[in-house]
Amino acid sequence: MTDAVMNAGRVAFQADGSTGARKGVQVNRLDGGLIKGGKPLNFTFDGKRFKGFEGDTLASALLANGVRLMGRSFKYHRPRGVLTSGSEEPNALVELRSGGRQEPNTRATVAELYDGLEANSQNRWPSLQHDFMAINDRFSNFLTAGFYYKTFMWPAAFWEKLYEPIIRKAAGLGSISFEADPDAYDKGFLHCDLLVIGAGPTGLMAALTAGRAGAQVIIADEDFLLGGRLNAETFGIGDLTGAAWVEQAQAELASMPNVRVMPRTTIIGAFDHGIYGAVERVSDHVLAPEAGKPRQILWRIYSKRAMLAAGATERPIAFENNDRPGVMLAGAVRAYANRWAVTPDQTVAVFTNNDDGHRTAADLIAKGVKVTAVIDTRAAAPKVEGAELFAGAQVVDTKGRLGLEWARVRLASGTTRDVPCGALAVSGGWNPNVHLTCHQRGRPAWREDIAAFVPAGDLPQHMSVAGAANGDFSTAAALRAGAEGAVAALSELGIEAKISDLPEAEDAPINVTPFWYVKEGKGRAWLDQQNDVTVKDVKLAHQENFRSVEHLKRYTTLGMATDQGKTSNMGGLAIMAELAGKQIPEVGTTMFRPPYTPVSFGVMAGRSVGEDFRPTRKTPSHKWAEEQGAVFVEVGQWLRAQWFPRAGETHWRQSVDREVLQTRNSVGICDVTTLGKIDVQGKDAAEFLNKMYANAFAKLPVGKVRYGLMLREDGIAYDDGTAARFAEDHFVVTTTTANAVLVYRNMEFARQCLFPDMDVQLISTTEAWAQFAVAGPNARKLLQKVVDPEFDISNEAFPFMGCGEITVAGGCRARLFRISFSGELAYEIAVPTRYGDAMIRKLMEAGEEFGAVPYGTEALGVMRIEKGHAAGNELNGTTSALNLGMGGMVSKKKDCIGNTLSEREGMNREDALKLVGFKPVNAADPVQAGAHLMNASGEVSAATDQGYITSAAYSPVLGCSIGIGFLKRGDSRKGEVIRAVNPLEGREIQVEVVSAHFVDPEGERLRG
Amino acid sequence: MIINHPILGPRDFQEFTYLGDASLIDRPDWQADNAADQFHDYLYLRDNPAGEHRELWFHEQGDRSWLVVTRNTVTHEILNVELARDVARARGRSK
Repeated sequence: MTDAVMNAGRVAFQADGSTGARKGVQVNRLDGGLIKGGKPLNFTFDGKRFKGFEGDTLASALLANGVRLMGRSFKYHRPRGVLTSGSEEPNALVELRSGGRQEPNTRATVAELYDGLEANSQNRWPSLQHDFMAINDRFSNFLTAGFYYKTFMWPAAFWEKLYEPIIRKAAGLGSISFEADPDAYDKGFLHCDLLVIGAGPTGLMAALTAGRAGAQVIIADEDFLLGGRLNAETFGIGDLTGAAWVEQAQAELASMPNVRVMPRTTIIGAFDHGIYGAVERVSDHVLAPEAGKPRQILWRIYSKRAMLAAGATERPIAFENNDRPGVMLAGAVRAYANRWAVTPDQTVAVFTNNDDGHRTAADLIAKGVKVTAVIDTRAAAPKVEGAELFAGAQVVDTKGRLGLEWARVRLASGTTRDVPCGALAVSGGWNPNVHLTCHQRGRPAWREDIAAFVPAGDLPQHMSVAGAANGDFSTAAALRAGAEGAVAALSELGIEAKISDLPEAEDAPINVTPFWYVKEGKGRAWLDQQNDVTVKDVKLAHQENFRSVEHLKRYTTLGMATDQGKTSNMGGLAIMAELAGKQIPEVGTTMFRPPYTPVSFGVMAGRSVGEDFRPTRKTPSHKWAEEQGAVFVEVGQWLRAQWFPRAGETHWRQSVDREVLQTRNSVGICDVTTLGKIDVQGKDAAEFLNKMYANAFAKLPVGKVRYGLMLREDGIAYDDGTAARFAEDHFVVTTTTANAVLVYRNMEFARQCLFPDMDVQLISTTEAWAQFAVAGPNARKLLQKVVDPEFDISNEAFPFMGCGEITVAGGCRARLFRISFSGELAYEIAVPTRYGDAMIRKLMEAGEEFGAVPYGTEALGVMRIEKGHAAGNELNGTTSALNLGMGGMVSKKKDCIGNTLSEREGMNREDALKLVGFKPVNAADPVQAGAHLMNASGEVSAATDQGYITSAAYSPVLGCSIGIGFLKRGDSRKGEVIRAVNPLEGREIQVEVVSAHFVDPEGERLRG
Repeated sequence: MIINHPILGPRDFQEFTYLGDASLIDRPDWQADNAADQFHDYLYLRDNPAGEHRELWFHEQGDRSWLVVTRNTVTHEILNVELARDVARARGRSK
C-alpha cells in the first residue's frame, strides 16, 4: 500500500465522521464526554485561532481541532505530538501567555483551556512545520550519548565561549520574556489529621471514610477535575457512572466542614515529619488572576498521617520511529475519548502487551472511531470485537512526515502488514506512582505479577500507600484500599472510622506480559522523548561500561528532563538489565526527588521579591534623612544614610569631606541606632560580662562605660562594642551592626548552656532605642541645649566614658554615653525609638548655630580610619586581640570565652601581624584596601608577603589617602617605607608605616 | 522537621538556629593543667555519627530557649527534646 492510498483512506474517513452539532471545525470532536455544557472558548496556537470547550485542556482542544504536531524535540528537533493526557507529558511543551506572564515549557496536557488562551510552540525556527534545526536529525548518528563530552574536548578554552553557547542555543526548550511577572504568589500553612494525595477512587474513598469519622482531612489532586481515571474510563461504580459517583462523593466531601478539597493542587514533595509541599494553581486556568488573588500558592501541609493515592502512569513500548505525532499512550487516547470527547484521529490502531490496551480499542469503537487493528505482543491475546487482532505481533516502524500515517506490523507469521492509522495507542503496562515514597530515601520493590515497581516498606514517616499507587489496579481494589487505609491511619491517631458498604466496581486483572522494546529495525526507537534518548543510546552506554543506573541516567540523560522520566525510566532500566544479563530488581531504580512536577520560581519566591526580598529595617531618622536628600546604603537589612549631598556638590567625596571636616571643626550628628543593644540585668550581670568579654568588667563603676572585645572560643576576635553600667546589676551592651544577632545568640548560649545558675537576664533592645552620635568640639554645647538643665554634663560632672540616665526636651527619658568613635569630643544619646524622629529634628535645630551637619556611614568610616579604630574589615575572622594591638587587654586573671586558646603558640608568634597605619610616600597615590604589603625591595610573592591593608580612605584632614592594616611586626616598623602592591590591577605604591592613630594620637580631643 | 519544644510544643524547625554537637555544653575548666589540650578537643573534635546525635538548637524566632535535640541524622527522627539549661545543670554546670 502506498502513502497516497493510506492518506486517501484517512481523509475519507475523517469526512465521514465530521458530523455532529458541536463539532464545528473541531474535526476530531466526538459525542459525550465530561466537557460540561460545552461552553465554547477561543484560543490561539502559533497565532492561529481555534475553538475548544470549557473543560478542555490545551492538548485535548488541539487534538479536537486536528492538530497533532505540537512541538519539536530537544536535541534532534523531531516533530512531536502529545504522548499522554496528564502531568507526565514529555513532548507537548508550549509557551503559554506572553509578556510578563509568558511561561515556557508548559505541558499542554495540564494547561486548562480558558477564553483567550495564547500558546506558542517552542524550540523551532522559523516555524513548527519548517524547523531549520531539524538538520540535527540528519546527523543523529553523531549526536549519540556522550557526544558533547567526546567531541568538544579540545581546546578546553573553547568550551565556555564557543561550544556551550552554540549547543545551548540549538538544543533547548522555551524562552522567557525577561519582563517582570505582574502576578502575586503566596505561601500558606495547613494542618490535618489525614492528607490524601490524589482524588481518584482510592483517594475519594479514603477522604469519605476519614471525613465521616470527623477527622481533619485534606484531599489534593493535581487535576482540576476530581476522579482520576474514573473520568477517563467507561466503567461505573455501583449503579452510577464513574463521573456520577465522583460528583456524589465530591458533594458529600464539600458538605463536611472538616474536609478541605483541593483540586489543581500538586503535592510536590514529602518532607520530614509528615510535612508536605503543595502547589495550588489558583489562577492558571483564567486569563489573569482576579483582583486580590494570587496566581499560585505554595502550601506547607503539616499532616499527622498521609495516604498516597496518586494512581499509576502508563508506560510506552519502544519501537522504531515511535515518536511521530499520533503515537500516544493507550490510556491517554482512552481518556481523550471518554473525558474530552476527542479522538486524536479518525483511524486508530492499538499496540499493547496487556489487557488494558484492549479497553482503548473497545471504547473507541463504541464512540464510532475506526480501529484499524489491535496489535498484541502476546500470542494468547484476548479476542477483540470490531477490529482486526494481530496476536503475537509487533509494530516495527511507522511513517508520516509531520504526523503518523501508518504503522508497519511484523505478524506472528513473520510477514509484515502496513496498518493505516493516524494515531497509534500504545500500552506497555502501568507503573505505580511511587515518587513521593522515595523522597525520604525509600526504594521501591519489584512486583512480578504487574511487572512494575511498587512502594516497599521504607516509606516516609506516617505515610501509607493505597490503590494503583500501591499496584492495586482494579477499581474495586482501589475503593477497598482507600477505605481500609483511612481506617488504619486514623486508628493510629485514636480516631475510630468505619468502612461503610463499598460499592460494586470492576475488578479485572490487567494481565501484563512484560515487553519493553521491539528489537527489529536499525533506526531509532525512543525511550525518553523529552531528552531525545533512544534504545541505541542505552546500548552505547552499556558498551562503554556504564553499569550503575545512576551512571546510565547521567551519561545518556535518560529521565533527566523536567518530566523526570515518568514515562521513560522503566524502559531504560529494563533494557539495561537485559544487556547486563540481570533481573530488573537487581538493576534497581534511580532516585526520585522533589518536586513531583516542575514548580515555578515565582511560587517558590512567594512575596519575597523585589524590595520585599527581605525585610528592610529603617532607622528612626530615616524619614528626616530622606527629606535631606540623603543617599542610602544597605547595611545588612538596614538602610543607613551614606552621605547627605548639598546643593552644588557633584561628587560623593565633596559631601563626605565636608561632613568630616565640619564634624572635626564644629559638630556632626549620625544615627547609630543600628548598633546592636543588649540589656543585661541580674545579680551576676558583671560576672557574666567578665565571661563574655576578653577584658575585665567586674570592677567597672556604675556610671561608666568600657570598650570591650569579644573573642570566639578559638581566640579570634569577632566583635567589639561598649558596656555601660547603669546600676550594680544593670548593663547596656552594644555590638556592631553586623553581629547584633550573633552576639545575642552567643550570650544566650553562655547564659543557658555554660553558666546556667548565674542570675542574669538578657533582652535585645536594638529596636527599642533611637541612638545618635553627636561628635565634634561643639558637641557638648549643642547637647546642653537639649538635655534638661538639672543634668550637669560638664566635663567634670560627665567625663569621658561616663554614662547616665537623663531626660531631654523637658522630661523625655534618655540615656547619655560619652563615647567616641570619631576621636572627637563625642556623645551618644538614646531616646525611646518613637521619639527618634523628633530627636534628630531637635538636635539639628539646636545645632544650627554651630553649623551642625548630619553625617553618614562614609564620613563615619573616614573618621574611624583616621582614628585607627578597628571595624569589620579588621575583625575579619582571622585576627586576634594581639593582631589588633589589644593583646594586653586579654585578661589572664579570669576565665572568658576564647582566652585559653588565644594563648596558643601559633597565635603569639614573634612576627605576628600588627595593626598599623599607612601613608603614601607620594601624597597623590591612593592607598587601596586589599593591597598586599611587601618589603621596600625584593621579590613580590606570597612567600615574601608582609601583610595587607584592610581599610583605606581619603583623609580630608591629612589631605591624602590613608590606610590601616596588618603588617608583620608592624608595631616596631614605624617610619619604614614599604610597598603596597595590587597585582590584580598591576599597581604598586610606596607607603610609610605610621601609627594607626592619624588624628589626635594622644586622645586629647575626646577628653576635652 | 518539627521540634517538640518542651515548653511551647511542636514548632517548625525553621524557627530555630542550629549550632551543633551538644558536647559544646561541656566547656573545660580554664585552670586545668592541660586546659589548652582540653579546649582543643572541646572545640575541634566532634563525632559525626550516622544515627543518633544530641545537638543544640536555638529557638531564635521563638522564646530563645537553647534546646538539646536528640535526632537520628539518617532518618531525621527526633527522639527527645530537652531544655539545654536542664542538661547543663545535670552535667554539673553552674556558674
